Amino acid sequence: MSAESSPKIVIVDESPIRAAILEEGLREAGFTRVVHISEMQSLLARIYSEDPDVILIDLENPSRDVLEAMFQVSRAVRRPIAMFVDQSDSASIQASVDAGVSAYIVDGLKKERIKPILDLCISRFNAFSKLQDELDRTKSALEERKVIDRAKGILMKVKGLTEDEAYVLLRSTAMREKKKIGEIAQSILTASELLK
Amino acid sequence: MTTPLHIGFIPLVDASALIIAVDKGFATAEGLDVTLTREVSWSNVRDKLNIGRFDAAHLLAPVAIASSLGLGHVKVPIAAPFNLGLNGNAITISPALHAAIMGEIDGDPRNPLVTAQALSRVVAARRKAGAEPLTFGMTFPFSTHNYQLRFWMAAGGVDPDEDVHLVVLPPPYMVDSLANGHVDAFCVGAPWNSVAVDLGVGHILHFVSDILVRAAEKVLAVRQSWSDKNPEVLAALIRAASRAAQFIEQPDNRSEAAHILAKPEYIGVDAQVILRTLDGRLKISPDGKIRESSRYLLVGREGAARPDPAQAAWLYAQMVRWGQTAMRPDALKTAMEVFRPDLYDAAMGQPGKSGNGADAIGAFAGPAFTPDDIAGHLAAFEIGRWKP
Repeated sequence: MSAESSPKIVIVDESPIRAAILEEGLREAGFTRVVHISEMQSLLARIYSEDPDVILIDLENPSRDVLEAMFQVSRAVRRPIAMFVDQSDSASIQASVDAGVSAYIVDGLKKERIKPILDLCISRFNAFSKLQDELDRTKSALEERKVIDRAKGILMKVKGLTEDEAYVLLRSTAMREKKKIGEIAQSILTASELLK
Repeated sequence: MTTPLHIGFIPLVDASALIIAVDKGFATAEGLDVTLTREVSWSNVRDKLNIGRFDAAHLLAPVAIASSLGLGHVKVPIAAPFNLGLNGNAITISPALHAAIMGEIDGDPRNPLVTAQALSRVVAARRKAGAEPLTFGMTFPFSTHNYQLRFWMAAGGVDPDEDVHLVVLPPPYMVDSLANGHVDAFCVGAPWNSVAVDLGVGHILHFVSDILVRAAEKVLAVRQSWSDKNPEVLAALIRAASRAAQFIEQPDNRSEAAHILAKPEYIGVDAQVILRTLDGRLKISPDGKIRESSRYLLVGREGAARPDPAQAAWLYAQMVRWGQTAMRPDALKTAMEVFRPDLYDAAMGQPGKSGNGADAIGAFAGPAFTPDDIAGHLAAFEIGRWKP
């Protein structure tokens, strides 16, 4: 795709990582004219000066309402902009809301040209949330590991157990109480704080 | 058996009937298992209601009408069977603009016509001096805030499209924008006006009840199709919200209500600020001056909860006046049918009566409003984008 025919895309997102993931995807797909705006002050002025064909914004961003003002005929707008809604394609609207992204396009840009951009956007946003979930899970697993290690330490000291015995005790208690090992470990830490 | 319901809201004091209905168990008592979702933009609330991610929502009354008419977005017919609040907004101005307006005041500054005329002289002086036009913030193109600001300034001879800049700002950004000079004034709901005054960056110039005696502000909105399919669930939701509104309106309960609303998962600002709003007793300037009004925000009292189609007609008339849509009799009818006193009455089990007299709106300028002759009504106003 030549630079001339590639639509100019503005990404409005306060998350630099997600914006980078999206920008990379768009460039790989041949959309070379991509601009990221992370500063929400005077957002409209920035958008007017960039004069994009497509604006992508994440749904966690309160400034979405600012973009809605662009629907209104205003002297400040050079080209009318509308939200991308294809009444015949409600699945794609739902997919974009669920992924957490919304697209605004300049009136007149053909549906066939916006569809691949939106699809890519949805898949990158979904990939980002998956990444975020994994990161959160890893973080909490690490936290749990630390709690279990400290609980084992307490059991070894108080009951004179080996590390393996302490772990077995934790695990069997968890099974008996139908709780997670992490939860049992946490209650040992809490109890030992109280008994200090 | 309980019915699960997903309801979206924006953290503002006029979401209180929904929040209290859930938090105090009034919804559960009606057999509803409500999950409240706090949203960051009206666009999100509208879209999630439209596609069915929300069963019901706290929504700007004009957005419910715009959605039903397909203005600015997809056309999804909405039913509004319960007013969550009347009034509740205020116009707050920066200390510099406050000084400028007070310097030009000729009459009682509590009179909105007097302040609007003073604003007109400030605007003229700025133009003569080659200064940038003043910028006013409001919350959404289809919002009461937009129409209230326009109605007020136009009465004094200020053209909101030609003489000043009107910009959309998310409510949580209003106060910062006023503090850093990005806007000179704004019109927004509670608690943001009080937050600006407390921080010393703004003066409350008017309660919107100075401009309109009764202004439908936020509604409980559902999709028309959902309402048709779930009449009993909707009636239960209306009753739960009504019980919550009655709870909030008891002065003895307001402190408890304010503390619930202040929780971070709901509105997340200081309970005292919310209490001032519910009591209609607001600090209006950084020096501590207090103003009381029994009309600041009405949640349920004086028949406020019962939708009045004449108010939907007034909002439609503003869309026409400011060029958001053309005047069409069928569109007026559609707009009025968004407000559903019949559903309200059915849920409450009694024929209701709205609390207004001859004029459902009570605007400070122009002739009394009647839905029967919107063209004639609008012709009385000099400034507007509407061409008959």
